[in-house]
Amino acid sequence: MTNATPAPKKHRFWTMERKQSAAGWAFLAPASILIFIFSFYPMIQALLISFKKGLPTNLVYSDPLWRNYQFMLKDKVFIQSVGNTFTYLIIQVPIMLVLAIIFASLLNNHDLKFRGLFRTCIFLPCATGLVAYSMIFRTLFTYDGMVNALLLNLGIISERINWLNDPNTAKAVIIIGLIWRWTGYNMVFFLSGMQSIEYSIYEAARIDGANQFQQLIKITIPLLKPIILVTGIMSTNGTLQLFDESVNLTRGGPSNTTITMSHYIYNKMFVGNPNFGYAAAMSFVILIMVAFLSAIETKVGDKR
Amino acid sequence: MREGAATKYTTKFFMYAFLIVVSFISVFPLYWAFISAFNNTQQILGGRMLPSVYLLENLKNLFAQQNVLLAMKNSFATSLLQVFLSLAISSIAGYGFEIYHDKYKDGLMGILMLAMMVPFVAVLVPLFQMMSKAKLLNTWVGFFIPSMATPFLIMYFRNSARTFPRDTIEAARIDGLNEFQIFIKMFIPMMQPTYASAATITFMNAWNSYLWPKVIMQTADSTTMPMLVSNLMAGYVIDYGVVMAGVTLCSLPTVIIFFCLQKSFTNAVAGAVK
Repeated sequence: MTNATPAPKKHRFWTMERKQSAAGWAFLAPASILIFIFSFYPMIQALLISFKKGLPTNLVYSDPLWRNYQFMLKDKVFIQSVGNTFTYLIIQVPIMLVLAIIFASLLNNHDLKFRGLFRTCIFLPCATGLVAYSMIFRTLFTYDGMVNALLLNLGIISERINWLNDPNTAKAVIIIGLIWRWTGYNMVFFLSGMQSIEYSIYEAARIDGANQFQQLIKITIPLLKPIILVTGIMSTNGTLQLFDESVNLTRGGPSNTTITMSHYIYNKMFVGNPNFGYAAAMSFVILIMVAFLSAIETKVGDKR
Repeated sequence: MREGAATKYTTKFFMYAFLIVVSFISVFPLYWAFISAFNNTQQILGGRMLPSVYLLENLKNLFAQQNVLLAMKNSFATSLLQVFLSLAISSIAGYGFEIYHDKYKDGLMGILMLAMMVPFVAVLVPLFQMMSKAKLLNTWVGFFIPSMATPFLIMYFRNSARTFPRDTIEAARIDGLNEFQIFIKMFIPMMQPTYASAATITFMNAWNSYLWPKVIMQTADSTTMPMLVSNLMAGYVIDYGVVMAGVTLCSLPTVIIFFCLQKSFTNAVAGAVK
């Protein structure tokens, strides 16, 4: 397979080892080919399409080639969508990861009663689909909805807040929703990481008088660094691709102030005049952002 | 000493209080959606916390507005097909990468892992064009074919193949089993928990996926459950009872799986970092 040197004795070509190695190649070939066809090949295609303009059925290279990328810099909605996505990223991801670590370290206490019950409850939001929970939150936060009724009754607000019709509160609702949906998910990573830390370390620390907070800062976080890094990268990756919440919870509104990059790309593909070249260019920017941020996070994580 | 014990109890009290509040917040939206399927719009907006008597009416309206059975069929078919095919293809690949590993296979694995960093939206336009050219728009095959092999599943099975005893393989070879038979007859039965975990997380992902089906399942006949639920709020007058009935129906399969296979699901989620 590797080179064409003819084997002098043909029957000795298929040694046991070669046979087994060939079986290995046969086993991994279908999956590998599929990943090349459906991930790597389209990635290159996306780059090529991003240099094109015209109708989806008649794409031609634009002049200059980077025309779509130039247009992006002047496209107010695109810039808004980048700003929105990064707002979600910068506010939601740190809050969520800190909460997840706190919950995990509370639940890692072996003396705690009902540990399993608490864990199940906090993990439960992960069983909800993204569209389903978006609909639930949209209903809860609608103008004449339950959250306003509750806050009025408790006397926290004096008049109803139009949550989904104000750019700031609408963003806040998306962030609250994201934290609700994903904190338990990340907590499971941390819990599983903590299980590999000798529990006697904590017991020794407690005998030495270290409180929960000190145990968290001095023992848990340093030992969980690799997992914090992985969850950080995954959350960044996921937030940059946010779509379902923007489409269903706020519909990108009011007037595009909550729209995410993926939502805008979808709109450019299927809403109004489809512009595949421009959509591909924007999606390529997301690819570069994901790669760039992952690289930074890995670098920072290594140093500490 | 007494004071120390007192602080200890206060800390304990606050810890339990905190966890109870957090658990309540986590569970409440789902509980509320579920009981709201039994209520009408006024009760839902007013914040009624207990089920009332409108479940059948909500369901009747939901089934009248939308083709729920068809969407259920599409969702179940696509999700189950994706589970079976991706587990078959990815597990044998993970097994191949681990058991027969050499520097070329390890190198290829490294390249495939890079695909994990490719955001799905970055390949959306070319994938849509591919599906359109292959006449796979609005088909079940078009739904699952791009996620039939995922780097995550390959890695997951590769890691579990690490625990597969080499002696077993050698013994099986001496018994005359060929390499494929060893995989089928020895590896799969021994790795059932791994398969269960991979199946739960793949089913959940497939069932809840939204962007890809929204892109390629464009006809009413190919709608899946999340798309159907999303359509329920499209009008000007929203019947929240119907919306919550839809949300509940759409969440039921994943919530049931969550409670029945929580251990498998947790292992699959945590497996990503092992």
